[in-house]
Amino acid sequence: MALRNKPTWELLAEPDLSKVPVEEYEYDALLVGGGMACCGAAFEIGKWMPEGSKVCLCDKAALERSGAVAQGLSAINTYIGENTPSDYVRMVRNDLMGVVREDLIFDLGRHVDDSVHHFEEWGLPIWKKEGGNQAPLSEGGTPVRTGKWQIMIHGESYKRIVAEAAKAALEEMGYDLHERIFIVKLLLDANKENTIAGAVGFSARENKVCVYKAKAILVACGGAVNIFRPRSTDEGKGRAWYPVWNAGSTYTMCMQVGAEMTMMENRFTPSRFKDGYGPVGAWFLLFKATVVNGSGEHYVKSDAAKAELAKYKPYSDAAVTPTCLRNHLMLFEMKEGRGPIFMDTAAALNAFLDEKRASGMDEKALKKYWKELESEAWEDFLDMSVGQAGLWASMNIEPEKVGSEIMPTEPYMLGSHSGCCGIWVSGPDEDWVPDDYKWGYNRMTTVNGLFTAGDGVGASGHKFSSGAHSEGRIAAKAMAKYVVDNADFTPTLSQSAEELKAEIYKPVVTYYEHYQKTTDEMVNPNYIKPRHMMERLMKYTDEYGGGWSPYYMTNGHLLDIAMKQLQWLREDAEKMAASGLHELIRAWENLHRIWTVEDHLRHIQFREESRYPGFYYRGDFMQVDDKDFDEGGWKCFVNSQYDPKTGEWKCMKKKCHKIISD
Amino acid sequence: MPSFVNPEKCDGCKGGEKTACMYICPNDLMVLNPDEMRAYNQEPDQCWECYSCVKICPQGAIEVRHYADIAPMGGYCQPMMGTDSIMWTIKFRNGNMKRFKFPIRTTPEGSIKPYDGKPSPGADALSNGALFTEENSGRVTSTPADYD
Repeated sequence: MALRNKPTWELLAEPDLSKVPVEEYEYDALLVGGGMACCGAAFEIGKWMPEGSKVCLCDKAALERSGAVAQGLSAINTYIGENTPSDYVRMVRNDLMGVVREDLIFDLGRHVDDSVHHFEEWGLPIWKKEGGNQAPLSEGGTPVRTGKWQIMIHGESYKRIVAEAAKAALEEMGYDLHERIFIVKLLLDANKENTIAGAVGFSARENKVCVYKAKAILVACGGAVNIFRPRSTDEGKGRAWYPVWNAGSTYTMCMQVGAEMTMMENRFTPSRFKDGYGPVGAWFLLFKATVVNGSGEHYVKSDAAKAELAKYKPYSDAAVTPTCLRNHLMLFEMKEGRGPIFMDTAAALNAFLDEKRASGMDEKALKKYWKELESEAWEDFLDMSVGQAGLWASMNIEPEKVGSEIMPTEPYMLGSHSGCCGIWVSGPDEDWVPDDYKWGYNRMTTVNGLFTAGDGVGASGHKFSSGAHSEGRIAAKAMAKYVVDNADFTPTLSQSAEELKAEIYKPVVTYYEHYQKTTDEMVNPNYIKPRHMMERLMKYTDEYGGGWSPYYMTNGHLLDIAMKQLQWLREDAEKMAASGLHELIRAWENLHRIWTVEDHLRHIQFREESRYPGFYYRGDFMQVDDKDFDEGGWKCFVNSQYDPKTGEWKCMKKKCHKIISD
Repeated sequence: MPSFVNPEKCDGCKGGEKTACMYICPNDLMVLNPDEMRAYNQEPDQCWECYSCVKICPQGAIEVRHYADIAPMGGYCQPMMGTDSIMWTIKFRNGNMKRFKFPIRTTPEGSIKPYDGKPSPGADALSNGALFTEENSGRVTSTPADYD
């Protein structure tokens, strides 16, 4: 056996920086990310940029299967159809406990269906209602609605289809696509104050650093995962609910150049099928399943649950209880010792069969009907969460015979699903939009030329896949306008290519300087491995920042300790060590995680109330304080800003305007 | 439930221009060992079990073994990709089997022409709120007042 102080990765990183080339590029517009938002932007931008413009999309993976939709989806959760954008705003506003950017949500509601119509045109199979119009949605087809906003799809290849269209659009325009380039840092202009000028990243496949100059940049590379201790104990931590490769890069990169953040205290703690994290939406909405406690009681109907909910009026009065309050009731039941919580799949499926039997369906037809029903139930998992199907198979679970446990997961940060953390952006430049919500370019951050979409845009959740795509398109058009309006701007970087290379490759240099000073490369006092960095982060966020182990509870004292730990993590991050290109990705991802979590906890510390019971609690401020901004209450945004010049962070309240009537 | 590679079936995609699993993995996990001409998952505990590698492998050499810290042994899900549908075989721990087939797309792969029949709007439309495929009217230009 050789000593274990050797690099183990297949693709090794080069410590001799003279052998690491730097490629320098200059573009008019740069798209950072490859998920739904950037695919939307790639589709839209070519039609608006001036003739002869240069555009590039950088994806740290392969566009065909990158982002949150890589695996597929079984539903599109935002399709307005027969509803109105105003009703869409009302739904999102209530689910997110009142504090949202109604201008952004309304704007999204105006455009989202056009993206869905294109998905269908490109080849995405969308379920049509039996007996309804079978034509495409754009020609009046009747979708299978599970809820007011959701439609069912055969979505295994959803991302492949959307990516194919994005790639074809880039190609037709003569634009570039750089896959396996991980952008890790944005660069401000050397001359023009608060203005974006470029970005830097590296290749996951060969030793090279890429420096980009660009007039306008869209950063839309997902939310943050693996930031809190997972419920799994080993291999299962890959089975995160949100994509495990989302490392908070969107938030951190924008934050570091001074972009104002909003609602970073918000997190999403989804209640999902235990351990496999299979989706519950179809079970609730399509199969009408109920959730019961360990004794089989439909606990949300209990007097105790009703009394608990009554604390959170007016939000709890709505027809659909907000997601966080549904979690709150589940946690309440578990803490009272009445768990485990089950999705009663068996009762739900058998109710369908009983109904058919009662209507006189014969056994042969019933058998056929059951096959279809069973297939729909399994497709829901196989389209988007195969691991849950695997877990059912491993545990001999047949959903028509037994229920399955439901459990709130570890917290995630995102802005496009049922959460709303993110970046403070301009809304549309229209009269009905309040003045403090707009500064010229739709979806531009407070940094000139820096745009975001999807998980990046804060205070406007419930976009989901279709909404992220349309938001990328909205941002892309605004970017083109920014480029036209700033035609004479030439981006200038303040750091040289060599300086940037040294910064990007620092973990590699650190590793090779020290790795032979012990006999095991994983245990070395001179550096810290990215893996250990992430594990320490997850332990402390869980214990002090309100993870699952203390039932999502934190308080001011606990947060003070969390802040100290984060400070040490940031200091230790200077000593991260990477021997392979894959490990260099992990090093930068974990740096992004640390910054994102720090901002998250700073917001929780600043907001002296518990706005999202069920997602997190401030034990020292357990109430929802719904007094308005003007009256000193917390029905307002919390925004934060990191100052790249001084290294100081500040948090502030911002007024939340109600634009749409009740 | 990390992916694993059957060394008897994997040929490192030696006949192809790229190693398929390495090309597709969204989390940069699958990697080729050029000496053995076999691929492997270099960080199994970061595997999202998205099955992208399983679905793309031309040799059918990749499967998934359920997460050891979660799943009792013996169950599996194995897909077979077609051009317009996917076929799943599910095997339970107790030996029961189920098979499902689902559509995946209605158009041939590679056939999307995103701009065909979609003219470019003029530069004067750059300031309005419509996306390039939308008409600048109706819901697209509506304001909250239109729905009060």
